[in-house]
Amino acid sequence: MLLSQFLVLAAALFAMGVYGLLVRRNIVLILLSVELMLTAVNINLVAFESYLVTAEAIGQIFAIFVITVAAAEVGIGLAIVLMIFRNRKSANVDDLSLMRW
Amino acid sequence: MTFADWISQPVNWVFIIIGGTVLITGFRVVTAKNLVHAALFLVGALAGTAGLFLLLSAEFVAWVLVLVYIGAVIVLFLFGIMITRAPTGFDEGLDANKKLMPAVLSIAVFVMMAWASIDAFGTALIASTGTPTSTDLIGESLFGRFVIPFEVVSFVLLAALIGGITIARRDLTPAEEEERAAV
Repeated sequence: MLLSQFLVLAAALFAMGVYGLLVRRNIVLILLSVELMLTAVNINLVAFESYLVTAEAIGQIFAIFVITVAAAEVGIGLAIVLMIFRNRKSANVDDLSLMRW
Repeated sequence: MTFADWISQPVNWVFIIIGGTVLITGFRVVTAKNLVHAALFLVGALAGTAGLFLLLSAEFVAWVLVLVYIGAVIVLFLFGIMITRAPTGFDEGLDANKKLMPAVLSIAVFVMMAWASIDAFGTALIASTGTPTSTDLIGESLFGRFVIPFEVVSFVLLAALIGGITIARRDLTPAEEEERAAV
C-alpha cells in the first residue's frame, strides 16, 4: 500500500466536507459536513501512524482525541441548533440574519 | 512502482472497494435531498473509514470510531433532525442556489492537497506488519506519556456535557417556577 493513496482519499473526503459546508443551508447538514472533514483528518493521522510506526502509537492516540472532541462538538452544536430552532422556528442559516451587518 | 504492480496486490483491491464506498457515500452526504438520508449516508462513509483503519492495522481506533460515531453521534444527529422538525421528506431548499463557486473552491482544495501529498510522499510505502497495533500499547501510551492531554479531553467532555444540558434546557416560566418551589 502506498501512503499517498490514503492521503488523496482523505483530501477528497475533506474537499467534499468543504463543499457541503459552503452549499448546505440547514444547520444539521452543515454539522454533518464538519464530521466528514474531521473523519478525513483521522484517516490522515492513522495512515501516517502506519507509515512512521511510532513506539507509542501517537497517530492513533491523536485520532482518538479527535474523535472525542468531535463527539463533544456535536453535542454542543446540536444543543445550540435546538435553542436556535426554539427561538426562531427555523434551522436554516439564511434565516439567522440577526447579527448580519 | 507501476500501476500493474500496485493493482496486483490484493490489499489494494480491498482499498479500492472500501475507498470507493467512502467516496460515493461521502458525496451523497453533501448532495442528498433528504436530511435523514444524508445522516444515513454518513454512516456508510464512517463504516468505510473504520474499514480503512482496519486495513491500516489500527484495530482499536476502528472500533472506537464505530462505537462513538455510528453508535452515538449519528443517533444524536437523527434526534436533532427529528426534534428540529426539519422537513424529513425530499426538500429542494436544503442547498444554497449558488453552487458553482463552492464546487470550484472544493475542487481547488482537493487538487492542492492531493498534489502536495503526492509530491511529498509519492512512492512512500506503508509496510504491512500483519499484526494490528495492540490495545495494550495504546492503553499504556494513553495513560503514560499522554495522560495530561487525556485528562484535558475528559474535562472538555465534561464541559460539553454540562454546556449541552444548560443550553438545551428550556427556561421555566414564572408560574412553573412557583409550582416547582411549592413541591
